Amino acid sequence: MDPDRVPRLPAWLGRLLRSKESSILLALVAIVVLISAVSPNFLRPGNLTMVARQVAFTAIAALGVFFVILTGGIDLSIGSLVSLGGIACGFALAGGVPWPLAAAAGLLTGALVGAVNGAIVAYLGVTSFIVTLGMLWMARGAVLVLTEGEPVKRIPASFIVRAGGDYLGIPAVVWVLAALAVLAHVLVTRTVYGRRVLAVGGNEEATELSGINVRRVKFFTYVLSGLYAAVTGILYVARFQTAQPEADKNIVLDAIAATVIGGTSLFGGEGSVPGVLIGAMIMGAIRSGLVQMKVSPYWQDLIIGAIIILAAVIDVIRRRRAR
Amino acid sequence: MNPPGPTLPLLRMEDISKSFSGVPVLRHVDFDLERGEIVGLLGENGAGKSTLMKILSGVHTEYEGRILLEGRPVRFRSPADAHEAGIGIVHQEFNLCPNLSAMENLFLGREHRGRGGLFSYARTREAARAAFRELGAEIDPEALVRDLGVAPQQMIEIAKALSHRPKILILDEPTAAIAGREIEALFRILRDLRSRGIAVVFISHKLREVLEISDRVVCLRDGEVSGRIATSSATEDRLISLMVGRDLGDLYSPRRRGPGEEVVLEVRGLCGPPRIRDVSFHIRRGEIVGLAGLIGAGRTEVARLIMGAEKKTAGRLFLEGREVRIRHPSDAVALGIGYVTEDRKRRGLVLPMSVRENVTLAVHRLVSGPLGLFRPDRERDLADRFIRELRMKVSGPEQVVRSLSGGNQQKVLLAKWMAIRPRVLILDEPTRGIDVGAKAEVHRIIAGLADEGLAILLISSELPEILHLSDRILVMHEGRLTADLPRAEASEEAILRAAVA
Repeated sequence: MDPDRVPRLPAWLGRLLRSKESSILLALVAIVVLISAVSPNFLRPGNLTMVARQVAFTAIAALGVFFVILTGGIDLSIGSLVSLGGIACGFALAGGVPWPLAAAAGLLTGALVGAVNGAIVAYLGVTSFIVTLGMLWMARGAVLVLTEGEPVKRIPASFIVRAGGDYLGIPAVVWVLAALAVLAHVLVTRTVYGRRVLAVGGNEEATELSGINVRRVKFFTYVLSGLYAAVTGILYVARFQTAQPEADKNIVLDAIAATVIGGTSLFGGEGSVPGVLIGAMIMGAIRSGLVQMKVSPYWQDLIIGAIIILAAVIDVIRRRRAR
Repeated sequence: MNPPGPTLPLLRMEDISKSFSGVPVLRHVDFDLERGEIVGLLGENGAGKSTLMKILSGVHTEYEGRILLEGRPVRFRSPADAHEAGIGIVHQEFNLCPNLSAMENLFLGREHRGRGGLFSYARTREAARAAFRELGAEIDPEALVRDLGVAPQQMIEIAKALSHRPKILILDEPTAAIAGREIEALFRILRDLRSRGIAVVFISHKLREVLEISDRVVCLRDGEVSGRIATSSATEDRLISLMVGRDLGDLYSPRRRGPGEEVVLEVRGLCGPPRIRDVSFHIRRGEIVGLAGLIGAGRTEVARLIMGAEKKTAGRLFLEGREVRIRHPSDAVALGIGYVTEDRKRRGLVLPMSVRENVTLAVHRLVSGPLGLFRPDRERDLADRFIRELRMKVSGPEQVVRSLSGGNQQKVLLAKWMAIRPRVLILDEPTRGIDVGAKAEVHRIIAGLADEGLAILLISSELPEILHLSDRILVMHEGRLTADLPRAEASEEAILRAAVA
């Protein structure tokens, strides 16, 4: 038989099958097939667009906390940083500030709060869990103080159309996600900074002794996390047409769950951007699927919680096997 | 005491062999104990003493050979098993919970219970007081271990071991952290235990103490028994000659060039916590300076102080005659000082990363361009070059370091530091836990680097390695330099003498 006639897998498909992401991609496909079998409505374009929009919000926040988790830390504060960033942007917009400046105000708020987290964790050596838990409450308190619990209205329609509309039939938030995901992927796989983030998570002491400033590396992961959370918040303003003081319901859990389901190790040092994106899609598909299947909201919470624990257990087993 | 018969010793370990990942550490060792004797167990670092005792105390459960306790064959599956059978051990590192009190530590796992199964403070306090009184130790049962000194902590460990009413008590380097009066008190207790028929194994590097306390001495060398001798007929010289002296000729590569004249690194009056005091030395171009000493003498701390990984309390560093300030490892790396750490898995390599990523870890600037973007071709070339030069057995630069053998991991670590083109290289136990072939290769690499003009500080617990590779040998003891021996005057005897001084 002529060896040239044997059909070969295209190179990209071979790489995909061998990659670490292939198993979670398979899980995603299985979940989608299952849901659409039970509820054919799931695959309707209208529904898919809705799911994509929801996934994009989660995924943007997840990509930020992803950097922190790669170093072996955690950032819970994104739960209220999303609202705080949105409120900062919303106030500026309502006050007549041009939208690019208003967006910058939101981003700056996120970066600043992230920098405070990063400074306390990296330079004072306090556990990230407790620092960012405290910051979760501080940022939530700040939002309520600033807004007195009321949404910020009078958001200009031009902004809502620009940041909440569709481009080429695809929601703006999905485009933003695409850009930020490419940025994060390049950062992790192609740049010195990304390599150092992975090295810190893989072996902090060896990295420090190799002459790398571990504290600075850690510090900036929290800044990145704050920035990505603020982006999510700013886009929520356009989505809800107001800046909501509690826009962030569930997002911290969904973002962290997406990151872990996507194969990012909570011990640090291992994970990928495609993995996080697939993880976010799995979370989105399950949430939407449960609604489509008319599962009661109480059961939804229970199921989502179980899935998060399952992902963490898989992480531990996978690491044990690698030893 | 009614011994079952003169031919039946309390303990007989027969033909014990044990390897760690293919490297043999014990070879056909026989070891006996009688009731009411104190046996000194001697040997260099890595001779197999601790391994032998860990087998006896149920820590290591995989081994060849058999153990007879009072004539009955036993095979311990866990430390608890050995405890139950009457074997108590006090490890060199204490296993106490610093946040609990002396009495809580003493009875951890066997708490005295009162009414309703609740922890009974009164009964525990009484029992602890009695246990400490028996040892003649004045320890407040309710004092937190964290607030106690080393000597009382050790008393708690001994009391804990004795509370199981052991037939055999093993003490691993019990005098490493105590001094003078405390040692005398310990010896009194050991003699008392002996008179009560308990067999004591006393592991120590301190020959004088072994001569003072033991009835006989068993000496291990390279995993084999190199001598058994009654203490009454032993001298320090005799014991040292039993511990050293072996033939490993082919392991060491010849040096082509001797050291140059120019001093590359000078260390003056280095001090640092916990106990490095006034360490001064220099290394010339192309010179290998060995740093010998017992485990815990402070050799690694000296390396970490030079690298800026630990804060110096005093001391100055000069590089090629100019004073330099090193406050962080990044300063040291920028100045061309590399540090091949001991314990490559914990402190040296990023295990989930590839050979390429580990090799370039300290030279990111050399292999990246604008915006901090890596230049993959340069990275790969660098990794490929070292894979070839150091003859690493790897599938390629993308192989994950975790899956490599010890010898190849060590080569990756060496490559990382060779990549910075260092002027000074500190090597900390560069051949620990790798097989003989890889050892010879690492020695060849070290000799080659010195021939190229590097100034090398070689920390090693293997005396033959230090003796064969070094141009000059420094010896440390309890945080101080106690000898500076030129190659011609250095011998294992001379080094050991300075190391236990």
